[in-house]
Amino acid sequence: MNAGGAEIWLRILLVAFPIGAVAALVVRGALGRAIVAAAAAVGSAAGFALAAMVLGWGEPVRGSFAFPLAPLVFRLDPLGAFFLVVTAIVGFAASLYSFGYGAGSPWRVLRTTGVNLNLLLLGLSLQVMADSPLTFLLVWELMSLAAYFLVLAEPDEPGAVNAATWYFGVTHAGFAALFAMFFLWSGGALTASFVELRAVPLDGALRDAVFLLALVGFGTKAGIIPLHIWLPRAHPVAPSHASALMSGVVLKMGVYGLVRVTFDLLGSGPAWWGMLVLALGTVSALLGVLYALMQHDLKRLLAYHSIENIGIIFMGLGAALLFRTYDLPLLSALALAAALYHTLNHACFKALLFLGAGAVVRATHTRNIEELGGLIRRMPRTAFAFLIGSAAISTLPPLNGFASEWLLFQSLLGGARIPAQSVAVLMPVGVGLLALSSGLAAACFVKAFGITFLAIPRSPHAEAAEEAPRSMQAGMFLLVAACVGLGLGPAFVVPLLGRLIARLPGLEPAIGLHAANGALTGLPDGLGQMSPPAVALGLVAVAVVVAVVLRALAPPFRLRRGATWGCGRLLQTPRMQYTATSFAEPLRRVFAQLYRPTEDLTVEVHPDSEYFVRAIRYESRVHPWVERLLYQPLLAMVRGAGRRVRQMQAGSVHLYLAYMCAALVVLLFVARWLP
Amino acid sequence: MTSWLVELGQSTAALLMAPALVGLIRWLKARLQNRCGAPIWQPYFELHKLFAKEAVVSTNASWLFRAAPYVVFTSTVAITLVVPLMLVPLPFDGFADLLVVVYLLLLGTFFTALAGLDPGSPFGGMGSSRGMTVAALAEPTVAVAIFALASGAGSTNLGHIASRLIASPMAALTPGHLLAFASLFIVMLAEAGRLPIDNPATHLELTMIHEAMVLEYSGRYLALVEWASAVKLLIFFCLLANLFVPWGIATTVSAPALVLAAAALVIKLGMLCVAVAVLETRVAKLRLFRVPELLSVSFVLALLAVTSSFVLR
Repeated sequence: MNAGGAEIWLRILLVAFPIGAVAALVVRGALGRAIVAAAAAVGSAAGFALAAMVLGWGEPVRGSFAFPLAPLVFRLDPLGAFFLVVTAIVGFAASLYSFGYGAGSPWRVLRTTGVNLNLLLLGLSLQVMADSPLTFLLVWELMSLAAYFLVLAEPDEPGAVNAATWYFGVTHAGFAALFAMFFLWSGGALTASFVELRAVPLDGALRDAVFLLALVGFGTKAGIIPLHIWLPRAHPVAPSHASALMSGVVLKMGVYGLVRVTFDLLGSGPAWWGMLVLALGTVSALLGVLYALMQHDLKRLLAYHSIENIGIIFMGLGAALLFRTYDLPLLSALALAAALYHTLNHACFKALLFLGAGAVVRATHTRNIEELGGLIRRMPRTAFAFLIGSAAISTLPPLNGFASEWLLFQSLLGGARIPAQSVAVLMPVGVGLLALSSGLAAACFVKAFGITFLAIPRSPHAEAAEEAPRSMQAGMFLLVAACVGLGLGPAFVVPLLGRLIARLPGLEPAIGLHAANGALTGLPDGLGQMSPPAVALGLVAVAVVVAVVLRALAPPFRLRRGATWGCGRLLQTPRMQYTATSFAEPLRRVFAQLYRPTEDLTVEVHPDSEYFVRAIRYESRVHPWVERLLYQPLLAMVRGAGRRVRQMQAGSVHLYLAYMCAALVVLLFVARWLP
Repeated sequence: MTSWLVELGQSTAALLMAPALVGLIRWLKARLQNRCGAPIWQPYFELHKLFAKEAVVSTNASWLFRAAPYVVFTSTVAITLVVPLMLVPLPFDGFADLLVVVYLLLLGTFFTALAGLDPGSPFGGMGSSRGMTVAALAEPTVAVAIFALASGAGSTNLGHIASRLIASPMAALTPGHLLAFASLFIVMLAEAGRLPIDNPATHLELTMIHEAMVLEYSGRYLALVEWASAVKLLIFFCLLANLFVPWGIATTVSAPALVLAAAALVIKLGMLCVAVAVLETRVAKLRLFRVPELLSVSFVLALLAVTSSFVLR
């Protein structure tokens, strides 16, 4: 490392996380939880300090480690530092939260979670510093394995083993794609640094192959549709602070990788690159939110929303690639800034929502929102935090989701400037579908918040819920502050992003992305202007005026409590309320083609007269047929291959010796005949 | 300084004028249906009555139910600060653009829908579910219509769009502009809860959308919610009137220009009221599951608007 201050923070980071991991193995009880949480928090804070220094200087810091087989090279540049900030914020909040969340968990769950939480944070922090393909791939594997064990932390949860297996398979398919990409690119020299990689001349077809492999490899990590299959399975079963890290940060490493490879290292490409990424992003944004609407498992609903938000980020990346191809660097920088800003914002509000959901699950022991309700009275602070998260993800101003989607809208509106008309007309479609997904997200979070926290409790679990402990609240409210701050602060964030994007080749004009007077003005030709602090101030000012005027002019306010209006019925029970299923019913009908719902209605009537109904049983399921269509053949293929391999596995030692002999002969021949 | 005063003054005027708009539509509809109809200022009497009345709040409802009317009213009134009513450009123009307006409206809908779920009444839940469905399906049309307006004007800021159109009045007659107007008109019907999507006069629970969401409100809360929905209607009318047909709007702060602008605004709003009243007399309410079809028509219109502006540029 070339700077004293940065080196200290890096050392703290490199020491704190392993200490936490070891402590989780050794120390039991509240002390163990405290050490694990403190180590993770200290490491995250050191990561934040390091990233802030690099972002402040605008210059990268370097370092390398002697490693038995090959040198590991690290270099933290502003782009990496930005993602380190994402890791640090969510990591810090999740660490605080983990202290209270772990109370009452069995020791073996705590042990697995504590070790892997620290290892995951270490992996995430190092990932953005890796400066050679080998380092990158090794850290990538550390991160993936730590996440795998976090999914498996509570193996008795129904679906946990299945989810972990899916995750393991898909993430390694992605790893294989990344390995192939780096191998093709560097010609086998995996220890070459990224700077050397950038200088490797690639011809057209090879460049396209590298791009596609990167898209597959990073797309599986990011959970882009159709590579998302593991995501809604794996995220819900992990402990909630691990889910927060996985949805908030681990997915973002896919985004980081794609930005690093396509914007920093690979250079400009043909228009179809951008169009492909934009199309994948749009499909993911829309299908993600549509499937989320049908989910009644709170954490799985959030997991599907991660697919939606990753889609939104990919829309930004795709638009940026497209603008770069058409030589509109300022618009490209704007779209990339929108994508990166949304990356940070999504990390904050999705982690917040997962932490809130974890508090709910811990208090009620169910993830099924149909059994919840009325929690706003029993868990007022969690409810407030979850409400802020819901409003942020629903892109409501003046919170952070709106700030980044506004930038993305502005950059897509700039798509009218693309000279190729056939490409330009796709932009309004993208704008429309982005707006549709944000509207549907608002509908989905009215459902998620309304059914979970409002009205009358729908089960005894929900009635007996208790507020989360202080440490969990601290984690949540830290993220609430981040959501509000990032929503009000594009004037800080956008120039920062402009500076780091301007370091990427071909995007130097990004330095022009600045903000003046709190309003965003650095947009190309002034596409639009807005100022979140002014909007917030306007809302507060109007609220104050309304309050003052009402107090001065309106008659005195009188309030009486009464029963909910029920058309004269005497009794109101929780069963009369709207449920999550009924809430989503209109949209299920509208998008019936997509959901292909199956319905099953059995009416049991009295034997004497069919007008006396004894019982009605209604069952309805939504089948994600897109998933089945894509993965059924793949699964069948894997099973078939497994059967064929099984035939070879007879269990006889002689047979195995024969195989080995045959393999040796074949290899000798290959070695003889190949140059 | 004077332009700030005009800005605040026109917002206050919008706030005070909004109930009259609702009254005018009701009166026009009554006349078209051969009824005498209540006077135009009937909504003011209703608001006055509601403010004086005691509010009854369900025992199931939480603080959110009591906060929501204030959130809805505040966010709606705040929008009037940037909507061009009589003068462009406004001093607040740079602070919020059309997207902010759209998402502030969504903020109001979001809280109204949550408040609908809070008392645990099946009607409220039904209203919330339908309200959010319609709001979500209307979003893409709004966004694409904004795209059409912005690609013509080079900005999403309302004052900018209106000024650009005043500078070249014939741009208001391009096909893209007319199609965008048509699509936004349909969205206005959906967002403001007018026929054929929602019937503001209904009291049959099963067909209500907005009314079902606010069924549990009474007293001051109901007054705020009703007033906010009147202001929302006025905002949509002003967007339709002054973004698409900004003729007559003042560009400098002077008494004659402002008087002319006020007169032009009243005429344009009156024409929109007549259009809505005639439409509401002529058409029946659509079945809920027919509404997406209407909204997809509006989406296609908006897409055509953008495409035609690309082709003709």
